[in-house]
Amino acid sequence: MNINELTIKECYDGLKKGDFTSVELTQACLAQIKKRNKELNAFISVFEKEALVEAERADEMIKSGKQQILTGIPFCVKDSISTKDGLSTAAAKILSNYVPPFDATVIRKIREQGAVLIGKNNCDTFGHGASNENSMYGPVKNPHDIKRVSGGSSGGTAVAIADNMAIFGIAEDTGGSIRQPAAFCGVVGLRPSYGINSRFGVMPMASSFDTVGPITKSVTDAKIIQEIIAGQDFLDATTVEVKNKKLKVKNKKLKVGIPQEYFEIEGIDEEVKKIIENKIKEISKNKDLEIVSVSLPMTKYAIPVYYIIVSSEDSSNLARIDAIRYGERKEGSDLYNVYAQSRAEGMNEEVKRRIMIGTCALSADYYDISFRKAQKVRTLIIQDFEKVFQEVDLLITPTTPTPAFKLGEKKDDILSMYLADIFVSPAAVAGLPAISIPVGLTKKKLPVGMQIIGSRLEDEKLLSFSNLIINY
Amino acid sequence: MSFFIFFDKIYLENMKLTLKEIEKIATLARLNLSAEEKKMYTEQLSVIFDYIEMLNEVNTDQVSETYQVTGLKDVVREDEVAFWEEEDKQKLINNFPDKMGNLLKVKAVFDNNDE
Repeated sequence: MNINELTIKECYDGLKKGDFTSVELTQACLAQIKKRNKELNAFISVFEKEALVEAERADEMIKSGKQQILTGIPFCVKDSISTKDGLSTAAAKILSNYVPPFDATVIRKIREQGAVLIGKNNCDTFGHGASNENSMYGPVKNPHDIKRVSGGSSGGTAVAIADNMAIFGIAEDTGGSIRQPAAFCGVVGLRPSYGINSRFGVMPMASSFDTVGPITKSVTDAKIIQEIIAGQDFLDATTVEVKNKKLKVKNKKLKVGIPQEYFEIEGIDEEVKKIIENKIKEISKNKDLEIVSVSLPMTKYAIPVYYIIVSSEDSSNLARIDAIRYGERKEGSDLYNVYAQSRAEGMNEEVKRRIMIGTCALSADYYDISFRKAQKVRTLIIQDFEKVFQEVDLLITPTTPTPAFKLGEKKDDILSMYLADIFVSPAAVAGLPAISIPVGLTKKKLPVGMQIIGSRLEDEKLLSFSNLIINY
Repeated sequence: MSFFIFFDKIYLENMKLTLKEIEKIATLARLNLSAEEKKMYTEQLSVIFDYIEMLNEVNTDQVSETYQVTGLKDVVREDEVAFWEEEDKQKLINNFPDKMGNLLKVKAVFDNNDE
């Protein structure tokens, strides 16, 4: 086994015992990137020189007995998250030269431990997509089959972890952007409860949905990262304080709900369904668990609600991307045309489409029938979950209705492309924590992800019991 | 991207949005669109706004909107000048697309025709 294949915990132990150094670990990851990135396109920037300097510094820390859990461990970050002095483009041409002079709060916390930033990952431009085919830097390929998509929008980060180009990754999930590519690539992806992790320095997509979380090789690793990055931040007024709660189950046994709507949806792949059902059968043998069938009747409305609200918040957030204070400015006859031309050339079709939908939904004629209506239905989706969580501790669903599909394939297979986000968006609409865990492979050797959804702010419970449930 | 492609395929006889409305939205959104893009977005937005009418199946008469999920209210902090290293200030300035000394250079805001 090569050292770049290890988990965080294993790296920590190896560094502590002196089995290898951070420089060696960083070099192993860099070598894997060199070998594979040309084909997979998981990175937009690789900070080779800087990473090796950081690794040397980490080795000094370890030698002098100042090792923390992440000291000297190489990690990668989705390109829509700001990293100090490192190019951060969000895969958008309009930000092709943007170098933030600060770290996002979550990145600062990780780097304070002495972790080594190895590079920035390709993603769908500004996070807009479910396949990573919408990147202005080209699509990311799935390491399990390079003819297939990585999933999106955090495809580059999921691929980097699946292909051992870094030990862990930090990405962003608005409506499924961490969990869906994690499922397609066979790694663990956590979307924390909205408000638990600071969004400061994370390029906003939909401010009432956006979350930052880890992509890792194990549930334990995800828990390690989440404990470090969580917490209130005065730079993000939407962060909440979470008091350390004792892990309590609602009944004598841990009660897990299986929402029927998620298994009955049209277009679900039979093999995926079977793998998840078998897994549920397997874990139901655990005597500490009780599995019950539950219903979330509002599920089918999550997609229209999601797209209307997200596009609206998106169009408003992206108004700041105007090439005035930073970014690539284009010539125009007057100020209006400088804005309009810079945005026209620096953004791609999908980004512009979301801006157009959102601007329309927020315009006087459409506001009540679209944006406002969607916000009301959102309330009902949340109530749906609240009702179910009075009865159960966690929910189990498939993460995606199909395994990774072929590049370009969905252009003709519209129904299942529409379905790609259907299991991941409801939790996002309600601000709930959810994790995707790899649970099996199809006959074609493609990974299948199982999603576990927790109730709001009970991330710790979600993570602790995920480990118990899956023992992954 | 998913569902927009889905709707592309549905043939629409009476489009909900007109080309003129799309041009107005594009102006509000500060996007210079080509003739092709205008046509494409007219079709796609029409389908999308038709599609979301499915939300009308849901009775929301007594339901209030959820604009945020945290329930936080009136979050305030002191309005203080934060300290920035000189080096970091310069990095911000280095990001300016156009500048004069340390000042950000932009086209005139009020007299656009007075070049």
